[in-house]
Amino acid sequence: MLAAVTAIFACQLAGESIAAALGLPLPGPVLGMVFLFAFLVLRSAVPEALERASSSLLSHLTLLFVPASVGVMVHVGRIEKDIVVILAAIVVSTFATMIAAGWTLQALTRGSRKPPADAAVEAQP
Amino acid sequence: MSEPLAGLGDIWAYLAASPLLALTLTLAAYLVALAVYRRSGQLAVLHPLIVSLAIVVGVLVATGTTYDTYFEGAKFIHFLLGPATVALAVPLYRQWDRIRRRALAIAVGVVAGSLTGIATTLTCAELLGADHEVLTSLAPKSVTTPVAMGIVEKLGGLPSLAAAFVLITGVLGATVGPVVLTLAGVTDERARGFGLGTAAHGLGTARALGESEAGGAFAGLAMGLNALVTAILLPLIWAFLF
Repeated sequence: MLAAVTAIFACQLAGESIAAALGLPLPGPVLGMVFLFAFLVLRSAVPEALERASSSLLSHLTLLFVPASVGVMVHVGRIEKDIVVILAAIVVSTFATMIAAGWTLQALTRGSRKPPADAAVEAQP
Repeated sequence: MSEPLAGLGDIWAYLAASPLLALTLTLAAYLVALAVYRRSGQLAVLHPLIVSLAIVVGVLVATGTTYDTYFEGAKFIHFLLGPATVALAVPLYRQWDRIRRRALAIAVGVVAGSLTGIATTLTCAELLGADHEVLTSLAPKSVTTPVAMGIVEKLGGLPSLAAAFVLITGVLGATVGPVVLTLAGVTDERARGFGLGTAAHGLGTARALGESEAGGAFAGLAMGLNALVTAILLPLIWAFLF
């Protein structure tokens, strides 16, 4: 378990360092996720300890957002001033985005059970 | 070394200087919120994040504690967000075969989602007359916090205000999103996760993980891709428009 946690931290560290060094528009942890993913593909299995470490981190993902979310209280004044436009933009845009992305994926995968030609080529190991 | 603590005030001062108080408050608030959510039959408006927030903000306001003081301790929980994002590689890996087969649909879907988000935000702000700083800070609200803040900084908005918008978006998406997806006829669990991750970043991903592991994997993927796509598209669109 300790080795798995170390591996996760190391992936994040590598991600943060490379993102900062190259000025990439991606956050370090997302790049770290790519590295861990590449490791899993190379190994073609999930080690049991990593399995446990990742599920304990992910099982209470919402909790991890609490400290940052409390920060909204600092901006209450500014948000109150423009409350109507802010809420309208967030409500309309969030749901439009969600439907656009979800519906597109569903429609494109339902329409063609067979994968598109270029995706099929990519899918060869 | 340490003197015995005299009165209640001293104990309070001592505790306030350690992260223990903020950490315990955060964990306890979350546990209460989880219990409330389960008791309510998972009512959307009683989402654990909303109830946790209400409790923590209530305690901070009641005790006159500033956010900076609270965060000084709570940052240890906040820190775990990074490793948790890395850990999303595990569900992603388990879904890899399905993701590969849908590579084109995924690429089209995330670009469609990103453009829809930018276009609808611009339209709403234009129609209702938001000032430019607010509009710029709103634009990347579906993108995970660190990227959204980076984009907004480049475009001349307020990064910390952007972070607040990102969180409001995440809470809204994670609570009401699943209902909206159902109403819109998006029933496939992977497509639902994909929508949640694109529109509501990590909070949407947390919600999608609660629905199914497959949905969670697609949500995590969508969150990462939307961060990338929006970080590229938004500055281009802004350069063209303003």
